[in-house]
Amino acid sequence: MSTQTNSSGESHGSVSSYLVGFVLAVVLTVLSFLVVSTHSLSPMGTLAALSMLALVQVLVHLHYFLHMGGSSEQRWNNICFVFTVAFVTILIVGTVFIMTNTTMNMMSR
Amino acid sequence: MAHDTTVQTAGHDEHHHESPVVFGFWVYLMTDCIIFGSLFAVFAVLRNQFNGGPTGHELFEFGGLGLETALLLISSITYGFGMIAAHKNQISQVIMWLGVTFLLGLGFVGLEVREFAHLIAEGAGPDRSAFLSAFFTLVSTHGLHVSCGLIWILTLMVQLMGTTEIPERMMNKLTCLSLFWHFLDIVWICVFSYVYLASMI
Repeated sequence: MSTQTNSSGESHGSVSSYLVGFVLAVVLTVLSFLVVSTHSLSPMGTLAALSMLALVQVLVHLHYFLHMGGSSEQRWNNICFVFTVAFVTILIVGTVFIMTNTTMNMMSR
Repeated sequence: MAHDTTVQTAGHDEHHHESPVVFGFWVYLMTDCIIFGSLFAVFAVLRNQFNGGPTGHELFEFGGLGLETALLLISSITYGFGMIAAHKNQISQVIMWLGVTFLLGLGFVGLEVREFAHLIAEGAGPDRSAFLSAFFTLVSTHGLHVSCGLIWILTLMVQLMGTTEIPERMMNKLTCLSLFWHFLDIVWICVFSYVYLASMI
């Protein structure tokens, strides 16, 4: 029951892999909430911790729930994904960079 | 345990190749990801433009946020159990898990609508400040996606009722919805981290 494998490996998961992903996701979510609610870190430290926890949780979801992996039949999915991540990173970092500089130089704070 | 459903048509190839339908849907999800990326960029720029209005620190509460997050996270794993049942061709189990996922998703949308109504009643609607406009645009786009997912779940439940086996076409639909539902959970991780929790620091 817990070891459902076919010729394509673990492309659609098993009860145990879903449970492992779920437990990891719950732990990471609770940690995110605790980091903010306990005020144990400085504001920048909290933001950095939140970013790390969110990144790890996204990776957990991609692996355990969306079943992304390195198998050859997923190559095109992965190429699309890498392109999208690069695109979104340029979009967000570029926007924040340009708008911060504009605000600084226009003195419109 | 090998699945023999594709063997009779594809004897030359023992790999279970991913259907082009699922790949096409994956490409759609990637474009959706760019939409959310743009909305996150907008929110990042406008997050401190309060125009004298309420800040995120004053508006957001841990209780409701935690409950919404929990509902969406649990609905992810219940959908996963549905997919496992679908691969075993246990249709009544699939319908049951889809129903549970639907109720959890409905609870999430209900909580979100209640939160929005509460904010607007407090005078913190999307017209109050640039921060609130960006907040409502981003969070309600996600909520709209979840609502579309709910309609899709209902449609598949109705289509599955009364059938005795799951043809490949139906399996593709279930797989696409699975990707969609888990993708929305990933977007929600970014929403609760960067929109809610980062505003509550």
